[in-house]
This record gives sequence, structure tokens and C-alpha cells, in this order.
Amino acid sequence: MSFLLNNEMMREVIMDHYQNPRNKREADDSYKKVYMDAVSCVDKIYIQLKEENGVLVDVCWHGSGCAISTASTSIMTEILKGKTIDEANAIMEAYQNMLYGKPYNPDLLDEAIVFMNTSRQPSRISCATIGWRGVGRILNGDDTNGK
Amino acid sequence: MDINKIRKDFPMLNNNKTMQGHPFSYFDNAATTLKPKCVIDKICEYYEFYSVNSHRGDYDLAQRVDDEILKARDNVCKLINADEKEVIFTSGATMGLNQIAQGLKRFLSKDDEILITDAEHASNVLPWFRIASEIGCKVNYIPLENGRITIRNIEKVISSKTKIVSIAHVTNVLGYVNDIKEIAKFVHGYNAYFVCDGAQSVPHFKVDVKDLDVDFLVFSGHKMCGPTGIGVMYGKYELLKEIDSLLLGGGMNTEFDLCGNFGYLKTPFKFEAGTQNIAGIIGLGKAIEYLNEIGMDNIEKYERELKEYAVTKLLNEVPEVIIYNKDSEAGIIDFNYEGVHAQDMGTLLGSYGICVRTGEHCAKLLHNEIGTNSTVRASLYFYNTKEEIDRFVEVCKKGRDFLDVFFA
Repeated sequence: MSFLLNNEMMREVIMDHYQNPRNKREADDSYKKVYMDAVSCVDKIYIQLKEENGVLVDVCWHGSGCAISTASTSIMTEILKGKTIDEANAIMEAYQNMLYGKPYNPDLLDEAIVFMNTSRQPSRISCATIGWRGVGRILNGDDTNGK
Repeated sequence: MDINKIRKDFPMLNNNKTMQGHPFSYFDNAATTLKPKCVIDKICEYYEFYSVNSHRGDYDLAQRVDDEILKARDNVCKLINADEKEVIFTSGATMGLNQIAQGLKRFLSKDDEILITDAEHASNVLPWFRIASEIGCKVNYIPLENGRITIRNIEKVISSKTKIVSIAHVTNVLGYVNDIKEIAKFVHGYNAYFVCDGAQSVPHFKVDVKDLDVDFLVFSGHKMCGPTGIGVMYGKYELLKEIDSLLLGGGMNTEFDLCGNFGYLKTPFKFEAGTQNIAGIIGLGKAIEYLNEIGMDNIEKYERELKEYAVTKLLNEVPEVIIYNKDSEAGIIDFNYEGVHAQDMGTLLGSYGICVRTGEHCAKLLHNEIGTNSTVRASLYFYNTKEEIDRFVEVCKKGRDFLDVFFA
């Protein structure tokens, strides 16, 4: 991951995902769905996920949010797609630990490492985790199938 | 007005307070205001020296509490030119509006109409939605004209079915001051009740309920240098006699028996069930004294000057800034930086020690008017300075580099 640890490159990755978000589309009802409506801001994001035999075969999202929530959700969908549930849980835990300033394994995080400095702006941790918490809710069986 | 002297009154503005390594500038006054030391001391005085309950205590300290509450109520009466029996303490403007909506419900029947605008705060929307669905009546919207309510536009929607018109004196996002006197007169011509949300007006300029002839007015203490959890509902005495209180309990009844009969105390006590927020009431009383010392007219004049200064400077120096309310009177600047999400801009300002609020500001219908659902709101009060605005404008210029806060 060290090639990304340059501030300028990290910034570019965030801007790129903000301006060209990946996997941003509405999937059909065969997907599990959760609506993440942040109380304290205007982020409104739907996460959709398709799981087959313990593998997240597809993860997509739609909705609107700030640069941090958009980019973090976009990057997340790329990382989690194709992972097993166990792998996804390990990645989500590492991401969570990074944001809260705890020890984490950077090798699991791929491009999501660009949010390593978010803990400097504690008010934005919620933005950087909104999509991730959405997947967590679906995996915990707390999906609402939309709203 | 000696701003430097005034700033010394506020502990939050003293001791070179910083945020993220920069001088602290508080531009979130439409959300809540800072508290002067005299208000904080007054609250502590209650808890330290006469911390007992009000009403009917047969001992000196209880009498002291009653006297202090009486004095606070009197301060409110003088501030808005109301009579003692017309001033009810609430937990804030929100509770006042809920009480009014539930109270006025008895005058409504199916197919009646309630008029509001799409610039109202949630607290002046949802209580009306609820009673409308309970009764089977309708909530309609007065169209705004460049952010303002005009008689011409009220005329387009008002009718004999209109029973209640409820609008903000000053809208909490755009800061336009509505001509309440003219509007109330017009609405009364249709025999409708007129409710005024004064949360953003009473703290900033002189509001006289008799002159405006409003039926109800609500406001919150914490937006005018007072504590949180205390507010005021003003109602005309004749109406307060008619409507039911939202809460029932101790301190509001005359008597009750085993058969379920009970009687109400006279207003204002009828509406003040349970132990009141005594420290809040006394603190609000002190806040009013403090504002009076500075002078509401001085506050109004100074805030308009600050607003104009900020708008002119932003427009002249930061071409990427879009201001949604440049001609509104109140000290609120609602804006975006082109291509930067409001929340990202808010974090950038925060990283330079400047507190603003971003998002929808509880006015979730307003995007119909301004075409965006997320804005940055900088809201000023009399303790803000032109130097702070200069710093704010300098940070706004850095909008494009909003991600710096994560990497610098």
C-alpha cells in the first residue's frame, strides 16, 4: 500500500471517487437493501448487496452525500465485491479500527487507506463510515429492504 | 456598543480560546448562542443558594424561588409587551408550537386548512401535519416571493376554510424578516388564528406582541444568551382560556376527585404542569436583563451592519461563493462554494476554528425554494466582529482545497 501513502495521491483518490463514484446504481429487489439516513447531515445513501454461498457477489449504492461519504462508499464497494463474508468482516473491522485510531492491518484496506487521516476531523468519521455501516447492517440481518 | 467589552462577558470568548489550533469564531448563533457569565452565575446561584421547588413552600427559600420566577416572567412580559397571565414557560419554541397545535385542534374540523410556508423549521411543520391527519384537514403552503411572504401570495391560498396561519417571524435558514403586523392583520380578516414562530426574531430585535397583534408567539431561551431547555409561549388571554393544556399534572389543577373530575388553574399555571425548569426560567430572566443592558435596537443595528459587511466582502472577494439570501435582513448568510459539498466546506471552516452549520437546518422543504438541499449557514450575533468575518472570508477562499484538512 505504500505507493498510496503520499498525501497528494490520497487526495487524488478521494477526489476521483467523489467525482466518478464506482458501483453507483440501483439494483433490483433480489438484492438486500438498507437505507442510511444520517441524522446530523444530509447524506442519504442506499446500500444494496447480493450474497451467494457466503460471498458478496455484488455491492452497489445510490443516493447523495458529501465528498467523504461518497468516496468512502464508492471505494468500499470496490473492495468488498467478491469477498467472503468472513473476509468482509475482517476488512470492515480493520477500517473501523483505522478511523478510530486503533491498531489495524493496512494490508486489508487497499484504497480505503486514503481515509487514514479522518480521525483528525472526528466530526467526519460518521461520513467516512456511512456506507460501511450499511453493509454491516445488512450482514447482521438488519436490512430494511429500502424505505 | 463596545464589542471588546461585550466579548469579555462571555467565558467561551475569553482566554484566547482556540479550535483546531486557530482562534475560535462562533458563527452558529441561529442554532444556539453563547452564554454570558452573568447568566451562568445566576443559574449557579439558584443551585447553590435556594435550590428548592416553587409553589406553596411554607419556608423562606421557597418564597425566594417564587419571587425569582415572578421576576423572570416579568422580564419576559416587558420584553415582548405581554401581560403576566399570557406568558407561559415551555421547554422551548418546539414545545410551544406543539402545545399551540394541540390546543387549537378543538377549533378545527374536517376540510379546514392550515397555512404555513416551505421555509418553516420542522417544529412549525410537523405539529400541523399531525393535527391535520388527526382531524382530516389540510396543510397548505403560502408561496414565497424571493424568500419573503407577501400579502399578494397569501391571497392566492387563503380562504374561508383557512383556520390557522403559522409562520416564522424570521426564517431560520434565509433570515428574511416577515412583516408580521401586516400579515397578522390580513389573516385576522379571514377569522383565522395567527401563530408566529419568534425563535429567530425575539433574540435579535424588539418584538411587541400587542403592536404585531399575533395570537401566539413562541421563542427559545438558548438562542438569546439564556440556558437550553427553556422557552416561552405567548398567547392572547382570551385564547389561552379556551385551549387545553398539553400536559396535565401537579401545579396546573385546582382540584380533582375519585370520579375523574378536575379543574384547571388559571393561565399561565394551567399550562405549566410538573416541576418547571426553575434554573432555566431564572437564567432566561437574567439573559433578558443582559440583552436589555446592551439594547435590542443596538443589537439589531449592529447585526445588520455585520451581515452587510460579510455579504459584500464575500461577493467581492470569493467569486465561487453562491449566497442564497444576500438581501435578507437577519445576520444569517446561507451559501455554498461552487462544486464543494456544504459539509466539506463546513469541515474546512471548522479546521480554521470557525463554527458554522451545514445541511438542511431543519427546514427540509426549503430546497424547493433554493434548488439545493444542502447549504452552509453562518449566523451572527452581537458579539461577532468584522475581524472574525475577515478571517471567515479568507478561509472561504480556500474552498477548492477542502480536502487539505485531512492531509495538511
